[in-house]
Amino acid sequence: MKTSLYILIAFVLGLLFGQTALSPGFLINGEPAKYTLYVLMLLVGISIGADHRSLNLIREQGFRLMVLPLVTIVGTFAAIIPVSALLTDVSTGESLAVGAGFGYYSLSGIIITRIHSETLGIIALLANVIREIITLVFAPVMVVWFGKLAPITAAGATSMDTTLPVITAASGREFSVIALAHGIILTIIVPVLVTTILMFFV
Amino acid sequence: MIEILLIMSAGILIGYLIRSNGRLIRLADRMVIITILVLLFFMGFTIGRDPLIMGSLPQLGLTALILSVAGVTGSMLLALLVWKLYFRKNR
Repeated sequence: MKTSLYILIAFVLGLLFGQTALSPGFLINGEPAKYTLYVLMLLVGISIGADHRSLNLIREQGFRLMVLPLVTIVGTFAAIIPVSALLTDVSTGESLAVGAGFGYYSLSGIIITRIHSETLGIIALLANVIREIITLVFAPVMVVWFGKLAPITAAGATSMDTTLPVITAASGREFSVIALAHGIILTIIVPVLVTTILMFFV
Repeated sequence: MIEILLIMSAGILIGYLIRSNGRLIRLADRMVIITILVLLFFMGFTIGRDPLIMGSLPQLGLTALILSVAGVTGSMLLALLVWKLYFRKNR
């Protein structure tokens, strides 16, 4: 939660700084941001590769573990495709890239901004923040209407950290391992899927 | 764009090789957050100096809300189906 606050502060500081007349020109061409993104992707890779949990989970559970993350991915995309046809400012491919953030708003917003456009990046940032907030607020209702797996799939990648407390409160403690595994797997998948969608479908 | 996936794959390999070095891993984890903060500052910066994007924020927010609600609803409906077909039968 503290990190979310820092993220908000960094973003708002950027917004305010961008509106002042004294903004330094070297930030504008995007080169520093491009190389910072490369550093970030290397670091994200390192923390994935070094994470004992993901490797152990895959070893113990195998394919069974993939069922719920797959539900989240397929369910999200199956709903976004028809809905995107009604939206005028984004194409279906762009909408899928936004959806592929699965709540991981910082990374998906950053990647989409850098390799596609600022406009779609801000949509991704907002849409994925909203996904997290919806889960935090509505988890108890989700369980009643859509069953005990609902808050986990709704949470997306955040089911491993920020939304885990509300998930275990709504679905029960026995779902904490499933939620953790679901979040870990989606966290790994998000950067790969967002980049792939932008490469081939936009 | 492919370079992003390649760099990340290289990172995964490096991470796997140094997985028993707790200090390096903690350092990498902390650096992830710091770089994310730097990049979000850049992102805010480019958006802040673009009056066109700033002006269309309400519209972009609405699009974001629609996509988000669609995604959450879709995954919950499929989760309900899977819950009824698969998880409960296995108990």
